[in-house]
Amino acid sequence: MEEHVSGTPAPASRFSFLLQAPLPRSYTNFIGRKFFLFFLTIQGIGAFALITMGVMVRKLRTARSVTMPLAFQELARSGVRLVPMFVFVSLVLGLVVIGETVSWASKVGATRFLGPVMVLVVVRELGPLVTALLVLSRSGTANVIELGTARALGEVEALEALGIDPVHYLVVPRVIGMAVGIFALAVYFIIGSLVSGYLWAFLQNVPLRPGDYFNQLAQSLTWLDFATLALKSAFFGVAIAVITCYHGLAQPLRLDEISRATVRAVAQSVVACVLIDALFIILYLAV
Amino acid sequence: MEQPTSHPAPAVIEMTGVAVGSLRDLQDLVLEDVNWTVRKGDFWAVGGMHGSGKSDLLFMTAGLTPPQAGCYRLFDFEMPIFEGELLKERLRIGLVFEDGHLLHNLTVRENIALPFRYHKHADWHELEKRVNALLELTELMHRADVTAINLGRNLQKRAGLARALALQPEVLLLDNPLGGVDLRELNWWMNILQQLSTGKGIMEGRPVTLVVTAEDLRPWRERASRFAFLQNKRFFEVGGARELEHHTEALVRELLAEGTTKN
Repeated sequence: MEEHVSGTPAPASRFSFLLQAPLPRSYTNFIGRKFFLFFLTIQGIGAFALITMGVMVRKLRTARSVTMPLAFQELARSGVRLVPMFVFVSLVLGLVVIGETVSWASKVGATRFLGPVMVLVVVRELGPLVTALLVLSRSGTANVIELGTARALGEVEALEALGIDPVHYLVVPRVIGMAVGIFALAVYFIIGSLVSGYLWAFLQNVPLRPGDYFNQLAQSLTWLDFATLALKSAFFGVAIAVITCYHGLAQPLRLDEISRATVRAVAQSVVACVLIDALFIILYLAV
Repeated sequence: MEQPTSHPAPAVIEMTGVAVGSLRDLQDLVLEDVNWTVRKGDFWAVGGMHGSGKSDLLFMTAGLTPPQAGCYRLFDFEMPIFEGELLKERLRIGLVFEDGHLLHNLTVRENIALPFRYHKHADWHELEKRVNALLELTELMHRADVTAINLGRNLQKRAGLARALALQPEVLLLDNPLGGVDLRELNWWMNILQQLSTGKGIMEGRPVTLVVTAEDLRPWRERASRFAFLQNKRFFEVGGARELEHHTEALVRELLAEGTTKN
């Protein structure tokens, strides 16, 4: 600062005072608050996930005539009813991936890599992740709104008064339904993308017979791909269900707070899915 | 209607020095040092102005929230009981919310059947029979397959009563059942509670112990056997109908719509 006042600052240190000056208190408060909120959210969601898993195990045989239909209902919502949308998106994804790949691979005569590329891009990565994000947008948001409304209207207290565990009745079926739904949709999605990929290659006059293409796919797939697909999509389902249910249920909401809770739940679910995906990539590369 | 003093009925609810927290924030105490004994067969009316803690008292009594201090025993079991083997003891008490608090995505029939389906392993025929009896009792048969959210407020309250009765509770807590009802509905509630209190009709000779909260004690003068009121975070027991009529506390006179002048 003194150099600046004297009017003869050295060029390199002209702005050094900016680095040395303490940050304004409000900024540090802001960052500190964000960090605390972040850790509190992690703690809350972690505790909620553990409670949910505990209830799922302890009440495995309790009131199955009530909870199983709810799980099937959730499976229909997070799975069966989304099939038309997934067929469409899988066709588009297959065309996009193969279209891009064909245009580059055919230039260097490497069309024999179409199968491995599809396995790498669609089966291992995009299939489960895109499925999870689409289910989040359709069913995850509905979870927060439904549960937030139920909480705001006192339905959770009504369940407790009837001796019904709200986590058992409202959360567990959603976790089961969403985990199974995302896994099933991911499988359909991948099959759709692989088939549409070949159709695109066929339309591009790529000299590749169906037998060769599917042979390439079969040779590129390992048992680890199947295990990763099942585990990853189930983890995505559990994470989305737990986070969206947490934001809908874990704290008393007023009706006007539900929209904010939905935005928070979607953002955190996306982050959770990306982190899970990254974790699986690391594990996959390590194996 | 008052209980004989020589051989009192067994206590079903016993509170000693209990502090009650708000449902939204348990640390926020709405009542302190509550000493209250409800005996089998009693019909209590607890009066208090809006925000005096009536609902929170019932929520705590029903086991939704734990007492923040003191000792609360329900059927001689220490509360709170949230789950486990003792849950069946807690289910001997039922709660009717002021607005019914039905599950909005279920029909009236499904709402009433829910506690029975969750807790009992009965066959479909028995379930149908029980639910139909409750629908008839609350005169909701014609609206049985309507989703709860499409039901009028008065009928939601009736459905809430039917759902609370599904497990045949021995004690029934009703949160301001006459709040916002018209005269015809008021008479319906009075008749139904009289039936429950005397054990007629659906209760098959088994009288239900009743606790109602109210912002207006006039309708309960002739019905309830015991009275209390809430004021300044305290629970005050009044006694029977005779004591109520002669009580000099200003709030009691207000709850009886007789002005605020102290004698």
